[in-house]
Amino acid sequence: MARSDVQLMLDVKAGNDASFGLLLQKYRSPLVSFLYRMVRDTATAEDLAQEVFLRVYRARKQYSPSAKFTTWMFRIATNLALNSLRDNRYRKMETSIDAPQSNEEDAAPRELPAREMRIDEHLLERDRCEVIRGAIGTLPEKQRVAVLLHKYEEMDYAEIAKILECSESALKSLLFRAYETLRVQLAPLVGQPAQHRAGEGRVS
Amino acid sequence: MKCEDVSKELIGYLDRRANSAERRRVEEHLTQCAACRKRAGEFRELWSILEEVPAIEPSFGFDARVRQRVAAEPRPRWFGFVPQPRLAFSMALLFALSVWMVRLPQSNTGIVAETAATESEQFQAIKDLGVLDNYEVLTKFDALSELTPTAAEPPVKLPRNHRAGNENGGA
Repeated sequence: MARSDVQLMLDVKAGNDASFGLLLQKYRSPLVSFLYRMVRDTATAEDLAQEVFLRVYRARKQYSPSAKFTTWMFRIATNLALNSLRDNRYRKMETSIDAPQSNEEDAAPRELPAREMRIDEHLLERDRCEVIRGAIGTLPEKQRVAVLLHKYEEMDYAEIAKILECSESALKSLLFRAYETLRVQLAPLVGQPAQHRAGEGRVS
Repeated sequence: MKCEDVSKELIGYLDRRANSAERRRVEEHLTQCAACRKRAGEFRELWSILEEVPAIEPSFGFDARVRQRVAAEPRPRWFGFVPQPRLAFSMALLFALSVWMVRLPQSNTGIVAETAATESEQFQAIKDLGVLDNYEVLTKFDALSELTPTAAEPPVKLPRNHRAGNENGGA
């Protein structure tokens, strides 16, 4: 019988590094996927995932099974991702202030006025999956975390609420607003023929 | 139930995490409200679209890099059982205090014994000076020297050797 995450973590606390290897094997993909969907950069996502595992390992002596292991781990991941996004935004802001006037035109397309136009352009030029990832990426940070944990990690409301440090009622409102935004943004994809969604989402 | 109230319950209804009472309330509203029914259908569609995005696999060597970083972590030392530095400091302070407390009574006994020995010596020295009481009174009583000597009461005259002896004896 497979040991639970809490049992594995207690083993790590007792000095069993092999159990840490099992946790790494189990959560490497979900963690990297979650972080990639958050920061939308593969290298950054992997760096952050490494940092999460390292922090889990460093905190092994203080670990107490008061909450689910995944709640604890994804809380670390969420905090790291949000910090990374803020740092990145700050760096971009610094660059745009220091940059010469000619570069301002290159940065302008980031803020396109018409969402439907932008999605149509993406549908023509880019991967369908990227459009979906892009739509998730435009959500406010907290809404983005809520959607990723709800839809992709299939966490229950109590767990997500703990990670986001809010009430379950507030979380339900947050999720509704997030899905409502996505429903509007991804409206051009809704009702498209099934073959468009096949094969890793490539537009045929 | 109003449309605004449904918005909070709709996600739980669609992902089947709502309890039976909540489900019943939402279902009742959906049978009456075409707009919310349409929205619920679009949410279902949206969720199936979101599922198209595949999970990302870590690159080759990811595990090795994590293990390498974990291996580079400092190993726990002999006092590693102490969970917090503050606790370690308190324990060290308590230990130092207890050592001092253990030593304290021994030091006091030594002092008492030493004091007792000194006092005993001093008492022995004073006991040998039987005339010292008179000497003290007489030397400080200056008025005696002003009295005129009479035949009946010759002035008190301390023998020179007596004074010297007292001084030597007191030393």
